[in-house]
Amino acid sequence: MTVELGHFALVLAFCVAILQAIVPLVGVARRDPVLAGLAPAAAAAQFLLLTLAFAALVRAHLADDFSVLNVYENSHSTKPVLYKFAGVWGNHEGSLVLWVWILALFGFAIALAGRHLPMSFLARVLAIQGLIGAGFLAFMLFTSNAFERLYPAPADGRGLNPILQDPGLAFHPPMLYLGYVGFSTAYSFAMAALLEGRVDASWARWLRPWVLAAWVALTLGIALGSWWAYYELGWGGYWFWDPVENASFMPWLAGTALLHSAIVLEKRGTLKNWTILLAILTFALSLLGTFLVRSGVLTSVHAFASDPSRGIFILALLLSAVGGSFALYAWRAPAMQGGPTFAPISREAALVLNNLLLGTATATVFLGTLYPLALEAVSGEKISVGPPYFDATFVPLMVPLLLALPVGTMLAWKRGDLAGVLQRLGLAAAAAIAAALLQLALVDPRAPLAALGFALAAWVVVGSLSELAGRIALFRVPLSHSLRRLLGLPRSAIAATIAHLGLGLIVVGITASAAGRVEKILVMRPGETTEIAGFEVRLVGISEVRGPNYTAERATFEARRDGQLVATLHSEKRFFPVERQMTTEAGIDSSLLRDLYFVIGDRNGEGWTVRLYVNPLVFWIWGGAGIMAVGGLLSLADRRLRVGAPARLPARGLVAGTRP
Amino acid sequence: MNDTDRLAARPQRRLWLYLLPLALFAVVAGFLAYGLTRDARVLPSALIDRPAPEFALPPIPGRDTHGFARTDLGGEPQLVNVWASWCVPCRAEHPLLTRLAREEGVIVDGINYKDQTEDARAFLTKLGDPFRYIGQDRDGRVAIEWGVYGVPETFVIDREGRIRYRHVGPLTPRDVEDRILPLLRELGLGAS
Repeated sequence: MTVELGHFALVLAFCVAILQAIVPLVGVARRDPVLAGLAPAAAAAQFLLLTLAFAALVRAHLADDFSVLNVYENSHSTKPVLYKFAGVWGNHEGSLVLWVWILALFGFAIALAGRHLPMSFLARVLAIQGLIGAGFLAFMLFTSNAFERLYPAPADGRGLNPILQDPGLAFHPPMLYLGYVGFSTAYSFAMAALLEGRVDASWARWLRPWVLAAWVALTLGIALGSWWAYYELGWGGYWFWDPVENASFMPWLAGTALLHSAIVLEKRGTLKNWTILLAILTFALSLLGTFLVRSGVLTSVHAFASDPSRGIFILALLLSAVGGSFALYAWRAPAMQGGPTFAPISREAALVLNNLLLGTATATVFLGTLYPLALEAVSGEKISVGPPYFDATFVPLMVPLLLALPVGTMLAWKRGDLAGVLQRLGLAAAAAIAAALLQLALVDPRAPLAALGFALAAWVVVGSLSELAGRIALFRVPLSHSLRRLLGLPRSAIAATIAHLGLGLIVVGITASAAGRVEKILVMRPGETTEIAGFEVRLVGISEVRGPNYTAERATFEARRDGQLVATLHSEKRFFPVERQMTTEAGIDSSLLRDLYFVIGDRNGEGWTVRLYVNPLVFWIWGGAGIMAVGGLLSLADRRLRVGAPARLPARGLVAGTRP
Repeated sequence: MNDTDRLAARPQRRLWLYLLPLALFAVVAGFLAYGLTRDARVLPSALIDRPAPEFALPPIPGRDTHGFARTDLGGEPQLVNVWASWCVPCRAEHPLLTRLAREEGVIVDGINYKDQTEDARAFLTKLGDPFRYIGQDRDGRVAIEWGVYGVPETFVIDREGRIRYRHVGPLTPRDVEDRILPLLRELGLGAS
């Protein structure tokens, strides 16, 4: 019964979404405040209905209702409760329910937080959100219904892919979707601005918290995903340039560019059209990711099962959403008035450089992901693009980006003093040179790229700290004055420093783990001892263990340093009888300086093949991403964003959108 | 160029710029639509039901000394798997190949595609070696003969050494249960 209730709620939500898309626009066109004022109510209703639908699906999964096709195909009665819950979005249909629920959540949040927005603008934003919702709800109801029944009901389900049976599934997809779907707000704000025919500083101020929230979620989502790949797949790596990873990375790059260009628009009132374009593009790339993952166009380890009718439907959605917005852009954007100009050496120019580099990086990833498809369409030739391409193209783009970063944060608006800024970066330059020399002298003289990586990281970290120190006049005035200045700084300024520090730490982690990783593969018998990177590793023994829905061989390792026990690690090879699949659980001991990463392989005569890795500083990658996200959250908490924008138009009255 | 010309020329050039995103997107959309018309996973091969191409590949140094050649095919139905250590989906399908070889007794030969010797050997030591013979195809020439466009790809070969089925992309348990194993059995797997 609850399943039908959920299905019914989904249908109702579809109807409400159509109303939400049409009625407010009619209201704005007719200057009818009643019709336009319907938008927030519709957004609230949609959120309620989709919450109901989502809850109904969760209940069906938790209660092992195998008369529901979706539950039968993806669940099993012996599956642990956590995975019954997380398994709701571990499949195509269920994940779409989560997708539209989050979309409705953002719509509702805009309706709540947007009461200070001009009514016509709010009505338009919510109408666009409703339009996106209607498209996806139609997609679900017509091609991918999670509430479809199965008759007669089977006794038990088919089980969930064992790789997905991991706590990571509970957090990674929701975070990722919060990011993907969160960028729909940028899209709606951009479309509403184009419809109104006005973009100005207050528009950027309204937009920024939403973009920030989505960006924080996507940052965490990608970091969680890469961490999950690291410990669950047992290959010792954390990023594979897989099409699906790229699909989440492209909106992140574009979204990062958007965050920065929105600052220029907010502070200086310029880069209007570019910011609008980026806002559209960021969400377009999110949609493209959805298309790539669900249509079966590209093969990937992550892809959902696909069928052609779904692909055509998502392509139609993509065409109307992206094509429509670009058409509107081509029609409306030329009429936008340009903002004030700026000198080639200025904060604005630095942020333009940031945008150019991030934009090029996005294009690089885009090309690498879609090139095989394009080439085949044009010439019939078939190729695959691997990590070597991305290493050769993406990494070089990051070098100037990191080089320019501290310089840009110190330049003044409008016209900057490059010589003065470089002088203030003396300490950062010294730190960079020292880092490079230390790496060359103490660690490995034959690794110039590692030296470059550490130098850039030191440059960014020390440069960002110098910028903050300069703002609070550290060591130039008494410490208590500096502290008072620090507390008086706008949170967003401190937030930027923190986010840039996080980026520096990520660079450290990537460089160190790429350059300093030690790997050893050997056959070990229980009781045997080996040595890796100064650690004495003993395979204590292998035992058989039983999990709730799997059996496993569990290897216990002890790692010692100078005779002292450092860590006891367990690595498992699990066999899932329902799905007839094996998974590997790496034994990992994480610390700030290094990860011990031990994996048990196949039996080999008397012993077992084992793979031992020591990954230096690898945790800094995820730690750095976490710090970046903290920076984003802190910026969200900035008072200036919360108080709301100064009214650009006389209060709440209904303002007709475009003048002829 | 005088001033009035410049003023007149400017808006036109800018309009063209504003149309650029839409135009670029149209091209991308065309490719995406093309992508839907073909199934990326199962591609018909021009070689289906034809004898496998002539080839002789050297071994991966340090693994064995046999290598892999056309003359190794035939006699028993078997699989030929094209793989590389740098290919992520190959790792994903590797346990399945291992299971086929160890539990189902399927002969699996490998073509190691555009790979480094060291990397390929490390891959096999790490993940296990389900292959009977492996040929090293460093420049990808032989893979072209087979019509391979990316890794992994898996071919089903019958007793006469003819290609009977081609699978593009990683094998999944369902592919193996529904297509590969039934076909191998039909071709007489384990009959002799």
